[in-house]
Amino acid sequence: MKAIVVEDLKYEYSPRGNASPVAALNDVSFSIEKGEFVAIVGRNGSGKSTLARHLNGLLLPSRGTVCIHGQYTNADDLIWNIRTTLGMVFQNPDNQLVATTVEEDVAFGPENLGVEPAEIRERVIQALQKVNMEEHLEHPPHMLSGGQKQKIAIAGVLAMKPKCIVLDEATSMLDPQGREDVMAILRKLNQEEKITIVLITHHMNEAAQAHRIIVMDNGKIVLEGTPSQVFMEEQILRQAGLDIPQVSALYLEASKAGLVEEGRMPVTMEEAENIFKRKFFTWKGRNDADRPGEVRANNQEIISIENLSYVYMPNTPYERQALKEVSLKVYQGEFLGIIGHTGSGKSTLIQHFNGLLTASEGNIKVAGIEPKGKALKELRRKVGLIFQNPEDQLFEETVEKDICFGLKKLGLTTDEVKNRLEEALAITGLPSDILDKSPFELSGGQKRRVAIAGVIVMQPEILVLDEPTAGLDPAGSIEIYRFLDSLRRERQTTIIIVSHTMEEVAQYCERVVVMDHGRLAMLDQTRNVFSQKEVLEQMGLDIPQVTELFYRLNRDNPNVRKDILTVEEGVLELKRIMGGHQESIC
Amino acid sequence: MLKNITMGQYIPGNSVLHRADPRIKMIWVIILMVALFTANNFSGYVMMLAIITIMLLVSEVPVSFTLKGIKPLLIILVITSAINIFTYPGTTVLWSVWGANITLEGLIQAAVIAGRLCLMVILGSVLTLTTTPMALTDGLESLLKPLKKWRVPVHEMAMMMSIALRFIPTLLEETDRIIKAQASRGADFDTGNILEKAKSFVPVLIPLFVSAFKRAEELATAMESRCYRGDIGRTRMKQLRYTKVDRNISLFLLLFMILFILTTFVFR
Repeated sequence: MKAIVVEDLKYEYSPRGNASPVAALNDVSFSIEKGEFVAIVGRNGSGKSTLARHLNGLLLPSRGTVCIHGQYTNADDLIWNIRTTLGMVFQNPDNQLVATTVEEDVAFGPENLGVEPAEIRERVIQALQKVNMEEHLEHPPHMLSGGQKQKIAIAGVLAMKPKCIVLDEATSMLDPQGREDVMAILRKLNQEEKITIVLITHHMNEAAQAHRIIVMDNGKIVLEGTPSQVFMEEQILRQAGLDIPQVSALYLEASKAGLVEEGRMPVTMEEAENIFKRKFFTWKGRNDADRPGEVRANNQEIISIENLSYVYMPNTPYERQALKEVSLKVYQGEFLGIIGHTGSGKSTLIQHFNGLLTASEGNIKVAGIEPKGKALKELRRKVGLIFQNPEDQLFEETVEKDICFGLKKLGLTTDEVKNRLEEALAITGLPSDILDKSPFELSGGQKRRVAIAGVIVMQPEILVLDEPTAGLDPAGSIEIYRFLDSLRRERQTTIIIVSHTMEEVAQYCERVVVMDHGRLAMLDQTRNVFSQKEVLEQMGLDIPQVTELFYRLNRDNPNVRKDILTVEEGVLELKRIMGGHQESIC
Repeated sequence: MLKNITMGQYIPGNSVLHRADPRIKMIWVIILMVALFTANNFSGYVMMLAIITIMLLVSEVPVSFTLKGIKPLLIILVITSAINIFTYPGTTVLWSVWGANITLEGLIQAAVIAGRLCLMVILGSVLTLTTTPMALTDGLESLLKPLKKWRVPVHEMAMMMSIALRFIPTLLEETDRIIKAQASRGADFDTGNILEKAKSFVPVLIPLFVSAFKRAEELATAMESRCYRGDIGRTRMKQLRYTKVDRNISLFLLLFMILFILTTFVFR
């Protein structure tokens, strides 16, 4: 008996108003064996979450059938059986924990099933041990990190003794540490407990760890196969708004250039290392790696911070020093990245840039203004600060009103407002017919761009963004970075981003600030920062996958440069070392 | 401001009161509160002061922490005391201020009222400081169970209460975040008259409501996925149990009440 059999599934829904029904899923057929680890990938709005909701009968098919462990979801009397054998973990860790303590929350499922109290207790402890959270038995959920909350949600499902777990974008709101933790637990559950795992995601590095990948777009399955089979079809994936892991992309490019012969495509770091290591072993590369010069922005200081310290809730038991003697200079027109593990002080730091927080000690000057009293208003106009998930702050009836919210108080003429509005639309790539819509009707990616446009209309000199691409699919993320980069080039806007996605930081930022336990641990050019793998590792930070690969290759063959930042650079380096090409990296 | 309210917070511990059944604690707190307001002579007040002090000490919660809970009450205390001092009809005039007489009886009456309020708050705090919010709702659900016969949705009410408790910190965090985000896009919460100030919170309230509705929907989906269907066939991991501790507490308080009733109503 198979774990999941979906046959000819079609799902239609009627959008608000009386428009004709829209098919969110069409002709979807696939099956999943017991004990398999399958990733379902697709861009935002591809129908993958709608599909997930069919797997435990939260939604019922308009046509076709969904059969879970031999039980059809449209049979009313079986639904609770299905939900017992197939557990579901959702995206937002906050919105699926019910109880005020960890143990009570894990107990929630078995309680609903009417399990005996003594056995519930046993199951709760076992489940928490499986996710390594047994010490947090009595903690309230809001004191836990995102990754920990998600592990509690998994434990809550495990306590119901399921045969299959479906995770609907369960990692997309987590930091890299939390994400890695959750993935490790899923692998363990799959291997040791033989639990079937269905992972819905748009992170291809996670999908690469599955046995099989199903690619969805426009409510249909467009591709299916093992990770290495699927990643070979780069073209189809890009059309579906997705990308492939950096090591796979590097392999593809290298084989196009004839540097490696066709074969099984590497999908993980280890596989790639083996393939490229074998290659280098047979090559006698030349030892002429030269360091390329970096482009420096002009040298006008726009932010200058000296010995900044900040203490949260001073003189209370909760007192915590969030920043310690941070000194930092940012130059006009530069693209600066701020990285650091969760709780390292990144968010606290950027909130000083527009005076949301006032330094406990130290001097700070931003765009020539000291953030104090009356100057704050002027400062906030010059510094646009965009928090994580900015779409959560939209509130007006129309997109136009929302974007112009900040402009109202500037006393501009109608023409000027119109100009700025049009410009902001152009920069963020939003169509002008969107202006009369309600912001709540838009898709997630569009909402995010509307929220950013609402800050861009203020024409800030500095734009600070906290995790600008969190939750967006690869195509949506590239879009955001593309317009940030053009904003910088055309308007000389200084761009500062806080990100956990090292690949993005490596590709777009000129300089990088590394925060660690409230201190500024490093401030250097991106290349110099990411070439210090050991130091970053100690602070719990990763380096981009392709950088890691070349770092490993360098260990065996010192001729290979270990400061490669992007796939393009990687290909050039492969050419240099294997093919004797003289192209330089820049 | 919110930080000062100690009532409703829970301080982990392992005292006798922490271990007691929440139902027993609730019942006795209610009885003691009634007693507190029926006390009408000096010995009664002293007895109440003594019993609440004993409970406070037994609870092993830092006394200073509990007393902080009275702080937000200060304004009410001052006002009620003032009213009592100036209006209580007494005969022993101590001072005359602007034609109003301050009498000894007035002062005593004010002190009694203020003392009662303080003791009431401390009594309530002792309950909430030693009982998790979850145990409180469980206890309440169990106590109100008989009402189910009259179709009062006791279980649902308790569930709603515990979910509300679960989400209070989350929503507070979110409010803080939205205020900061709107301030960053030029919202101004400080200037203007009251109407303008109230209006300036619209950009905070709407996103907060939108998000609360979204959370509610997602939470409902998650609960349904975990087989929640009201209290049909539902068991609880933590069973409320009447133990030796509860028996001893009850016996002790019963003796106290007998004494109290005797001194207040019989031998006065």
